[in-house]
Amino acid sequence: MVTQRLSGWGRTAWTVSEVLSSTDPSEIRTAITSAGDRGAIARGLGRSYGAAAQNAGGLVVELTSEHDPMGIDAVLDPTTGVLEVASSVSIDSILRLCVPRGWFIPVTPGTRFVTVGGAIASDVHGKNHHFDGSFGQHVRSMTVMLSSGETVELSPESNPAWFWATVGGMGLTGVVLRATIQMLRVESSRVRVETQRLADFDAVCGAMGKDGDDSDHRYSVCWVDLLATGSSMGRGVLTRGDHALAAEVDSDDPLAYDPRLRVSAPGWVPNGLINKWSIKAFNEAWFRKAPAKTHVGLESIPAFFHPLDGVNKWNRLYGPQGFIQYQFIVPLERTDVLRHVIETFAGAGVASFLAVLKRMGPHNPAPLSFPTEGWTLTLDMAAGTKGLAELLAHVDAEVLDAGGRHYLAKDSHVAPSAVRRGYPRLNEWLATQEEMDPAGVWRSDLARRLGLVDHRRNR
Amino acid sequence: MKNGVGVAQNIVLFGGTSDIGQAILRRIVKPGAARLVLVSRDIDAANIAVADLVGRHSDLDVHHVRFDAADADSMKSVVDEIAGEIGDIDIAVVAQGLLNEGIDYWNDPSALVGMANVNFTATMSLLYSLAGRMRSQGYGKIVLLSSVAGERVRRGNPAYGATKAGIDGFALALDHELEGTGASILVVRPGFVATKMTAGMDKAPFSTDAASVAKVVEHGITADKKIVWAPGLLKWMFAVLKILPISVWRRLPL
Repeated sequence: MVTQRLSGWGRTAWTVSEVLSSTDPSEIRTAITSAGDRGAIARGLGRSYGAAAQNAGGLVVELTSEHDPMGIDAVLDPTTGVLEVASSVSIDSILRLCVPRGWFIPVTPGTRFVTVGGAIASDVHGKNHHFDGSFGQHVRSMTVMLSSGETVELSPESNPAWFWATVGGMGLTGVVLRATIQMLRVESSRVRVETQRLADFDAVCGAMGKDGDDSDHRYSVCWVDLLATGSSMGRGVLTRGDHALAAEVDSDDPLAYDPRLRVSAPGWVPNGLINKWSIKAFNEAWFRKAPAKTHVGLESIPAFFHPLDGVNKWNRLYGPQGFIQYQFIVPLERTDVLRHVIETFAGAGVASFLAVLKRMGPHNPAPLSFPTEGWTLTLDMAAGTKGLAELLAHVDAEVLDAGGRHYLAKDSHVAPSAVRRGYPRLNEWLATQEEMDPAGVWRSDLARRLGLVDHRRNR
Repeated sequence: MKNGVGVAQNIVLFGGTSDIGQAILRRIVKPGAARLVLVSRDIDAANIAVADLVGRHSDLDVHHVRFDAADADSMKSVVDEIAGEIGDIDIAVVAQGLLNEGIDYWNDPSALVGMANVNFTATMSLLYSLAGRMRSQGYGKIVLLSSVAGERVRRGNPAYGATKAGIDGFALALDHELEGTGASILVVRPGFVATKMTAGMDKAPFSTDAASVAKVVEHGITADKKIVWAPGLLKWMFAVLKILPISVWRRLPL
């Protein structure tokens, strides 16, 4: 156990916790059953942007196995594609193990450096949400350690209430120890990608919307230039893809998978390096880089799914004050809200290095799962941006008024009311949470801020 | 809990009627702030002073806790009472203080005791109580209103300067002890600030106002500074004043 200062990937709101790094169930059991009144939370690779996997003054159980000398704690059935895996294993490790054997992870977020436990707790989604749903929908069963120290086997059939409360439950129902995942069959490690430049916001919505052909492709996402104003406001680059067939790949070994070596961001970067001007230049280059006419080509898995993983510790680029990522969803018919939000940020000169738009498919049974039918927009911005708290409060209200919601795995600022309004099944989740954790042991800084578990203990 | 854009949810002001304290609240109470505790002897006056703030943040939950700023023995229970009402304390602004301008200590030296109790003894007890609470929280920021008067104590009001010198040194050393706990202390050293405390006094050079002090404090909290000066220029001035030989120092028209 070490005393450690922790933050999320955004490097804001640091707090100090006692950290136990272990994947040994008996060690974890001892630690959580003797946790003090500040409670405990599980942490994986710390990729959630805000304070979901830290616990000020309390216990943090860190379950990672990146350097496990025993190798990857996972077993793949090569005929059925069923993967039995420890929660501490990352999607990166899973891909190394499974892609060469013709199986792909059914859902991957924009980084492969997340653990299975974190992917379940956040119910992560990827570019294929409209096609395949979110991570939890591909979990056949999981082993969860409750705060009592008891372990339970959960599946959508055996105990749907507890299973779906844990999917998207932000670690507040228990520690996921193992999971069984149905993998996706692929013939190659390449993705056939169609890239299309879109001149303005209407073109973006049109191409991805109901009239577009989003549903013809497994993967679809659009990068949006938030700083473009006037007639090119909301211009973007739409990329859509599908796993390439073996015959399309000009190689003896179409399943060869080799995530490239990465460069690291420098250790120290001043606040303000990423600003309106540097992003404007980047955006212009990025937009121009996309071919003017629709183009189809093959891309590798890292290039298509995890472009940011190419730069190790890229979160440092924002300097010591850190950054926040803002992701919300609004119903499909509310493109007016999307447009207004984009205009609001552009008007306030808030530069976002990464702004992506995606049309999401239907919701799954998990009460706290983020994805639901609608448009999701993701932006990141320097935490030190002047007037950011006021600006976000304004946008939050607009999103919630439109029947939208915020993604808890990325959130680092919303008020408790945002969860009550955005997640209408919150009370149902709270009741299940209390059933699973009657002693009220699970707590994180995120849960504290949002008042998620305060109904029983707030001291 | 504090959030990712630097907004504290739970804020406590000790010396609820202090002009500088109020000005700091006006800067740090932002969307996302949920609970505010005003700790003072005179609750009505504290209420009136924050009326505009509360008006602008309709969902802000305002609490009152009465305390005797001179009573060192009660500070731990005051902090416990606050934590009992709002839970974690994200930011505590410690702004109570006595200036005792015009009191003739030659004739009434016992008045020194009252000042030392408020500015020094009870504040030490309060800082320990707050620091203990924040250390167990794993985070938290104490903002202590010190003064340049403590940097080099001068004639005119030696008692005030001495109490500020004492509490300033105490707070810095306590902050050192808190290293690695997540809790920390920001020491604020304003020069002459035009407030009701200094009403009627001649303005000293480099005088400032409460709003300017508050701006500096906000920056100090965001940047996680140990000491801030208001105005900032005083930092360099006192770097020199501090090392002047006594013979020169005493000749300065300060």
